[in-house]
Amino acid sequence: MTSPKQALAHPASSAEAAPGSQPGAARGAHGHGTPPEGKSPWRSRLYRWDMKASPYVFIAPFFVIFGAFSLIPLLYTVWYSLHDVQLSSLDTQTWAGLDNYQNLLSSDFFWNALKNTFTIGVISTVPQLMAAIGLAHLLNYRLRGSTVWRVVMLTPYATSVAAATLVFTLLYSWDGGMVNWLLDFVGIDPINWRESDWGSQFAVSSIVIWRWTGYNALIYLAAMQAIPADLYESAAIDGANRWQQFIHVTVPQLRPTILFTVVVSTIGATQLFGEPLLFGGVSGSKGGSEHQYQTLGLYMYDQGWIIGNLGKASAIAWSMFLILLIVAAINLLVTRRLRKTQ
Amino acid sequence: MRTTTRRSHRLLALAAVAALTTGVLAGCAGDSDSDDSSGSGNNSGGGKTTLTVGTFGVFGYKQAGLYDEYTKLHPDITIKENVTTRTDVYWPKVLTRLQAGSGTDDIQAIEVGNITEAVQTQGSKFVDLGKEVDKSQWLDWKNAQATTADGKLIGLGTDIGPMAICYRKDLFEKAGLETDRTKLAAQWKGDWNKYVAVGKEYMKKAPSGTKFVDSASSVYNAVLNGESERYYDKSGKVIWDKSNGVKNAWDVAMSVATSNMSAKLKQFDKPWDQGYANASFATVACPAWMIGYIQEKSGEAGKGKWDVAAAPTAGNWGGAFIGVPTAGKHQKEAIALAKWLTAPEQQAKVFAKQASFPSAPSAYSTLKAAPATTEFFSNAPITQIFSDAAKTIPAQVFGVKDQPINTALTDIGILQVEQKGKSPDQGWDAATNEIKDVLGQ
Repeated sequence: MTSPKQALAHPASSAEAAPGSQPGAARGAHGHGTPPEGKSPWRSRLYRWDMKASPYVFIAPFFVIFGAFSLIPLLYTVWYSLHDVQLSSLDTQTWAGLDNYQNLLSSDFFWNALKNTFTIGVISTVPQLMAAIGLAHLLNYRLRGSTVWRVVMLTPYATSVAAATLVFTLLYSWDGGMVNWLLDFVGIDPINWRESDWGSQFAVSSIVIWRWTGYNALIYLAAMQAIPADLYESAAIDGANRWQQFIHVTVPQLRPTILFTVVVSTIGATQLFGEPLLFGGVSGSKGGSEHQYQTLGLYMYDQGWIIGNLGKASAIAWSMFLILLIVAAINLLVTRRLRKTQ
Repeated sequence: MRTTTRRSHRLLALAAVAALTTGVLAGCAGDSDSDDSSGSGNNSGGGKTTLTVGTFGVFGYKQAGLYDEYTKLHPDITIKENVTTRTDVYWPKVLTRLQAGSGTDDIQAIEVGNITEAVQTQGSKFVDLGKEVDKSQWLDWKNAQATTADGKLIGLGTDIGPMAICYRKDLFEKAGLETDRTKLAAQWKGDWNKYVAVGKEYMKKAPSGTKFVDSASSVYNAVLNGESERYYDKSGKVIWDKSNGVKNAWDVAMSVATSNMSAKLKQFDKPWDQGYANASFATVACPAWMIGYIQEKSGEAGKGKWDVAAAPTAGNWGGAFIGVPTAGKHQKEAIALAKWLTAPEQQAKVFAKQASFPSAPSAYSTLKAAPATTEFFSNAPITQIFSDAAKTIPAQVFGVKDQPINTALTDIGILQVEQKGKSPDQGWDAATNEIKDVLGQ
């Protein structure tokens, strides 16, 4: 099994070098070419100014919108989180210092939500990515009507959260739902999917898995198709079967892509909101009678918009932001580690 | 008191979309609409004023053709209704707009569960309608709910929710119980425990796959809505854990939750809707506005099988108000429209279409239920039953956090006992913790 590994090292390094210097730099030099001589200095100054300023003007709309709709609200949330603010009286805010945060740290509901966010995140992300990579591998074979399969893969992702969740809610309804009906066939007692602890979490994750697996599969597929065919050929010559090829060629080659999907899925899992909210139906923001599937997003929504305690909701929002930063930092560390071993 | 969601869950799909996306999108749409209206009013030269009416769920004004009628009477007015399906999405949006002083509709509906919050915190943001109307048209307690401490009437009563018991005559017959509505009502008159006793009787010979009630929470709400004491006292102090009304309602609900007579459904959930279609429960406490809902969800199959009997105690479940925000651009026209929409004649028209029960007693003599409804409910004299109930409804005091407290008791406390098999004490403790969180204690 040495040859695939050797072959592996080569394209990876070349791929990393590619976005680098030579061709791009050459083009850059071309573009920056000095203005034709003999023209007035005014025009040349204008030209140079244009060259310098235009890029900023072109990217400005994003930053203006980002500032107006992300940055300012973000900072305003900090302000709110340090005050006692009720939804019904936004104009009377009393300074609360870190009370809201202290309140959170001593609140069972907050820790429960954090725990749920984590467990639901794990049981939805891990199977989802594993299934996606398997599906992508299958799609990567020569198939009749491959485009059709790929489009079908993406259909769940194109479905709205609301529609998907509604259907799943019906499937999982404890009295007359299809899932319990099937379980009954196998001789298993009906499960109260919405109120049982692990059952509800499983149900919520299944919605997430159903929606996102195809999306991730297509990302993996794109990456797989960039793997040079000669790697597989040489592996085949060395006597590797399909499974061995998958393990020793495909997966190592996909490593950067896998990391990318892990990061994106983790962020998605931390912000999980729509699925559990709608799965809960009426009073869905509670996440079940024992808050058994109340995620941080739901807890924030419940505090802010149902109970009307905007100060505390803002504190939750900021805690979520901090948690995301920590998650991102861990991801970064892991990525570095992996790069090094590579 | 599932007022959060009353009327609203006609299309759960829409509800869901509203919760996630339309909430935001509709907000944008609403803003641009009000821009349009001022544009057409001032510039286009037609002299038309567009009034916007912000409502939640199905209010029945459009359905009863009231907007068309009004614009015929007033050719210079056009009316646009901005509907948000769920109140829990609708109300926060209204609150923020009221306080921002922009983006509100010319007329804004207020659910009874939110009226205290509106009265206590948003009083200055609404026009005082007390000077504009003859207040004696409405039930006194209805006016009182919308009156601020300094005597301002910020909302005109639309409907109220006098309550009866809707029951499946065919299932009762199969279970060998009394099916006559008057005799049945006499069996449980005055005491909800007698209603539970009928339920125990029913369960002895219950047709397979059916239960006596839809949920323990709905029984809780039904009992509580007939009690004069709820979660707050008159001075605005929270007394939920000492309230006799709450204790009584809780005890009745517990006897339902622990005795296998409940289908364990959550009201206004999709499976609850299916419960109507599959006839999986035999009775449901039905405020007048739920009549149309039952009819729609049961479909043709339920026709003539439902009947209506008086509830053990009369209660009020739900109801709404419409107010005119001071931030509106066309206040004068909006006040005129609000007066007209809530006048007794118009309330009677809404009843004929939606069975939403008028809050103006002078409309009672003219009430007629739609023929289809009468037929559906076995020719039960529903106008009579609901009018009788309306006359004995006790005046109830609401509080600022009434809705979240109620949700904590029903969707945490009772649900844990009913669906997770916890003891009533454990359920009560869980609700207590939740309410402490709600009140920030």
